[in-house]
Amino acid sequence: MIPAAFEYEAPTELAEAIDRLARSGGEAKVLAGGQSLIPLMKFRLAQPARIIDLNRISGLAYVRENGDLRIGALTRESDLEESAVIRDRYAIVADTAAVIADPIVRNLATVGGNVAHADPANDHPATLLALRASVVARGPRGERVIPIDDFFVDTFTTSLAPDEIVTEIRIPRAQAQSGGAYIKLERKVGDFAIVGVAAHLQLDGKGSVATAGIGLTNVGPTAIRARHAEEALRGRAPDDRAIAAAAEAAAAESQPVADLRGPAEYKRDVVRVLTTRALRRAVARAKGGK
Amino acid sequence: MRVQLTINGASREADVEPRLLLVHLIRENLLLTGTHIGCDTTSCGACTVLLDGRPVKSCTVFAVQASGRTVSTVEGLEQNGVLHAVQEGFTKEHGLQCGFCTPGMMMTSVALLERNAAPTELQIRQAISGNLCRCTGYVNIVKAIQHASATMREAKAEKEPATAGRA
Ligand SMILES: Cc1cc2nc3c(=O)[nH]c(=O)nc-3n(C[C@H](O)[C@H](O)[C@H](O)COP(=O)(O)OP(=O)(O)OC[C@H]3O[C@@H](n4cnc5c(N)ncnc54)[C@H](O)[C@@H]3O)c2cc1C
Ligand code: FES
Ligand code: FES
Repeated sequence: MIPAAFEYEAPTELAEAIDRLARSGGEAKVLAGGQSLIPLMKFRLAQPARIIDLNRISGLAYVRENGDLRIGALTRESDLEESAVIRDRYAIVADTAAVIADPIVRNLATVGGNVAHADPANDHPATLLALRASVVARGPRGERVIPIDDFFVDTFTTSLAPDEIVTEIRIPRAQAQSGGAYIKLERKVGDFAIVGVAAHLQLDGKGSVATAGIGLTNVGPTAIRARHAEEALRGRAPDDRAIAAAAEAAAAESQPVADLRGPAEYKRDVVRVLTTRALRRAVARAKGGK
Repeated sequence: MRVQLTINGASREADVEPRLLLVHLIRENLLLTGTHIGCDTTSCGACTVLLDGRPVKSCTVFAVQASGRTVSTVEGLEQNGVLHAVQEGFTKEHGLQCGFCTPGMMMTSVALLERNAAPTELQIRQAISGNLCRCTGYVNIVKAIQHASATMREAKAEKEPATAGRA
């Protein structure tokens, strides 16, 4: 399959990329890992007149923990998987990166592309919702820090302006007695989720839930935050009863539709089961386990 | 657009349209047909090549993206008439049937063994999980990679007897 013709530019400076994007009048697309965009172009579901390749810009791929955790937009999934900071302190992010597509796709796919693409089946969005992350974007009018709750608007639609580029993902610094997990059910390696659930908990001195974050993958028009499930946990000890209540709430507020991956009722039940498992693992990790 | 890349150690140039996919540059312009096209939808891994040492699906990379970079394909594995340990492993352990997935499988294996000289069976299976074998010969493919891992470590131990003695 051959994509439609386009003009190609590979600027070496971010400012130049923004400038070209701004001048393209909405005809251009930026290219990061290309693992969503190029397949779409091959199917001619996307036919941008101009491609602005970000891969020659240095300084956009990094994982740094100073204050909060900062992940450069061009960081590859395989680099997240290998990062010691991610593995040791943000296990939920490592869980997520490791189940995206397959290892070869992960050598190119970027975290910035994963959120900017805004496919409800992408895995990072649910995790970032659970973690209360923010997305940093740069455009001709300067830099904006967008809270993740305001980022996903609809399927394949974000609150980014057409001339803005995602430069960084920010995640609040991991605290003592906090932990999270991402669990995904897929038909086979490399497939998108039937359902994915991200759960993150912060416990207080008495072992009760101080804050809870729960995000759901592929059971709505965007990744969704399960607010009722979060409420079901807050202030309570994260025991089996509280977890069961949260899992029921998450299933109720999920919005699955029937497709090749299964009927809606099945998916709703998978939300319940995976929320239970993700919360159990989050509790274990918040208490210092793996 | 002009692209210049180093492929299997040789510098090559071509004048291409930006929409040309790397796999087509490799097969049709450079006439290296060892790299296969299976699904053409980023799923099967038959088109796997190494871009700056990392396995990528060359049906999902534009040729212009590889300009100034290094590409390795299956044709570059044999050196001076001697098969690469991975090729040797696939021969000895019957790691192929129809051979369609084999070039991609081998490139992924080469990259794995560069990073991890002694992978466990699980690590091997995870590493090749983006390469599909329609003949489903995974058991022997895993054995082939284990064979290559062992011979590469032996060769290295012979070259560096002092360190090997200590380890
Ligand atoms: C076989 C296969 C299986 C997959 N399975 C999964 C899966 O299980 N889970 C999952 O989450 N994903 C999956 N994916 C998608 C893959 O992870 C995508 O590559 C990734 O989501 C997008 O990242 P990218 O860097 O490749 O983006 P690109 O393909 O380069 O870009 C995607 C979109 O985002 C825009 N964009 C990219 N970067 C930026 C930026 N910095 N600022 C603004 N806009 C930007 C582009 O213009 C484009 O519209 C799969 C892909 C394949 C091919
Ligand atoms: S041909 Fe490229 S992944 Fe199948
Ligand atoms: S040997 Fe036939 S596809 Fe793998």
